[in-house]
Amino acid sequence: MRTSRYIPTWIVLLLPVLSAYAQIQNQPDDGQWTMAAKNYASTRFSALDQINSGNVRNLKLAWTFSTGLTHGHEAAPLIVNNTIYIVTPWPNYLYALDLSKPGAPMKWVYEPDPTPAAQGVACCDVVNRGAAYYNGKIYYNTLDAQTVAVDANTGKEIWKTKLGDINLGESMTMAPIVAKGKVIAGNSGGEFGVRGWMAGLDADTGKIAWRAYATGPDSDVLIGSNFKPFYQAARGKDLGVKTWPGETWKIGGGTGWSWISYDPDLDLIYYGTSNPGPWNPEQRPGDNKWTSTLFARRPETGEAIWAYQFNPHDDHDYDAVNENILLDLNIGGRSRKVLAHPDRNGRMYILDRTNGEVLSAEPFAYQNTSEGVDLKTGRLKVNPNKASGYKTLRDACPAPPGGKDWQPSAYSPKTGLIYIPHNNLCYESQGVRANYISGTPFVGMNVRMYAGPGGNRGAFSAWDPVKAKTLWEVKEMFPAWSGALVTATNIVFYGTMDGWFKALDATNGKLLWQFKTGSGIIGQPVTYKGPDGKQYVAVLSGVGGWAGTVVAGGINTVDGTAALGFTNAMTDLGKYTTKGGTLYVFSLP
Amino acid sequence: MRTLCIFGVCFFVVFTSCQREKRDLRPVPTRLAIYSDAARQSPLRPGGAEQPQLRVTNPYNGSAYDIAEGERLYEWYNCSGCHSHGGGGIGPPLIKTDWIYGGEPENLFDTIVKGRPNGMPSWGGRIPEYQIWQIVAFIRSMNGQQPRSATASRADTIEQNPQTIQNRTGGATK
Repeated sequence: MRTSRYIPTWIVLLLPVLSAYAQIQNQPDDGQWTMAAKNYASTRFSALDQINSGNVRNLKLAWTFSTGLTHGHEAAPLIVNNTIYIVTPWPNYLYALDLSKPGAPMKWVYEPDPTPAAQGVACCDVVNRGAAYYNGKIYYNTLDAQTVAVDANTGKEIWKTKLGDINLGESMTMAPIVAKGKVIAGNSGGEFGVRGWMAGLDADTGKIAWRAYATGPDSDVLIGSNFKPFYQAARGKDLGVKTWPGETWKIGGGTGWSWISYDPDLDLIYYGTSNPGPWNPEQRPGDNKWTSTLFARRPETGEAIWAYQFNPHDDHDYDAVNENILLDLNIGGRSRKVLAHPDRNGRMYILDRTNGEVLSAEPFAYQNTSEGVDLKTGRLKVNPNKASGYKTLRDACPAPPGGKDWQPSAYSPKTGLIYIPHNNLCYESQGVRANYISGTPFVGMNVRMYAGPGGNRGAFSAWDPVKAKTLWEVKEMFPAWSGALVTATNIVFYGTMDGWFKALDATNGKLLWQFKTGSGIIGQPVTYKGPDGKQYVAVLSGVGGWAGTVVAGGINTVDGTAALGFTNAMTDLGKYTTKGGTLYVFSLP
Repeated sequence: MRTLCIFGVCFFVVFTSCQREKRDLRPVPTRLAIYSDAARQSPLRPGGAEQPQLRVTNPYNGSAYDIAEGERLYEWYNCSGCHSHGGGGIGPPLIKTDWIYGGEPENLFDTIVKGRPNGMPSWGGRIPEYQIWQIVAFIRSMNGQQPRSATASRADTIEQNPQTIQNRTGGATK
């Protein structure tokens, strides 16, 4: 009797770990880093194991590289064929450095020359989140809304496709992925009244194969007969028109400015759309579909298969663009193909990625704007006392950058935990009527943010996706605005906005090693195996992004509403860090 | 003598108030003169000699009505979307002394009309000239460069809850 009770518990605990591990391991780790999120499942997990908890304290600086730029460096370096590739913020240089030579000298630099005027339509610093490698080419987006393909060996431009127009407020900052021979990329500009889209381009020619809008009639959203959303709320014709007053869907946001995951078995890409525009919700009564929505689409055609709206009629700038980590977990006694999505609204959603059913949505960060998700209807139960609008709203959490913004989490199949760099911010606001003038901001909300309970403005936490709770949390003075990286040796890396690059024990959050870089870190750490067989860890330092605009953009902090209200929470950042982009690479001696 | 004094004071008050309360009832809708000769941005003068220069003055200097109009238009044309309430964001702050393209009224006018290469849109032909001057007057007022008698004592944004003012010691760290 004793054993029969013991064994099932043991199996149940281990199953999710084993099954997820098996799935991730299907993609062999060759020590390279070919896309920003490391793999299609977006786990940012590396199987490299030379750096471990016993020797990580000996980690030393191997070499550095200055980008010569002073805006926010959010990109993940790529490592392919003993070359490291770095995409910089505007003017979006692509540097190729030769890892086979001492000190990694420059092989070439590609300069796409995006128009300087594009800086005027970048809401939150002129960042770029990285590139993707596929079939001998590096693909990335420029701030003036072009996608480029560059020969990975020579640095020669192969094609360049203009996808958007800065005079409509469109820019591009996201890291594309390549799936089934299509480069998939979306626009930015949710604060400029743009109409959001995601596009698929032929990887060889750059020809636009499909473009799926987030608003408008079904034919524009690429919703057809195969569209089978799980919940009733997403069924019906032309909801991208009917859930908006008049023709406001044409300027309603829903941009695809962040992460895309891909499941080759189901042949589905997953990405979320941005906030609706303007922020002022009183100018757009209705559910505002398909903003703040997760889409599952076919990579070759863009056809929508299902959709789930996290934040219908969003009141707080809660974009749904955050990363979607694809996992196989044992939930409720059976193995489910799930997708883990830590949303801006502060909740960690676990969805069945085959159909869009919400399995759980528990808060990973302090929040008071919602009371949970109705698992029957899938609808977020918003707190009516925290609705925003023309009236003055006080004490709403999380603030517009969310429980977590773009900064991507990592998942380790070894620990079964998701490592989340996040924010702890609340805000107060008052709406004003936003006036649509194309190419200028379309927000209509005066905002002031401040630290949430506890006074720490950020945190780095480990989340158990099966039990749906936080296992441990490290408080950070500033929002944890960098990506996370976890290795097979249970080391998790991230950086802080005051410039520390940290290695923690992934099982308990204990600080094992840290290094002070030249500027605040908002980049995505990566690890790779060098031509000498050694494991290296690399990260871009260079403060900026929305959270760091106060330094990178030279904000005058007397105005708390500056930088869409982030300034009020970051007035002291300039005392801790200065701007300037540098790549730091570390290794064991 | 005393009557004369009172008369003199009254005259002075009326005279100075005139400027504050002056309204341009029929402003020229758009003339779009570009004051490129006037809006110099560098104090460096090759050859040393001061070159003859056009003098440009903002017709709405010191006018409370036009400064208030400028504040309304500053929101209306989405200036606040990038420059916030003077602190900046997408665009640089406007409460400052180190102006890239000059901070004199003619420079500000010039910047709004022509735009600037790093993101400042070119508004020429979109905003009537008199409204640009009103916006210029408002921007100058944010920097204390308009008479106090003509400027609002507080901004038109939400009052900050004192409890939400950032604790400058920074909160928890590790």
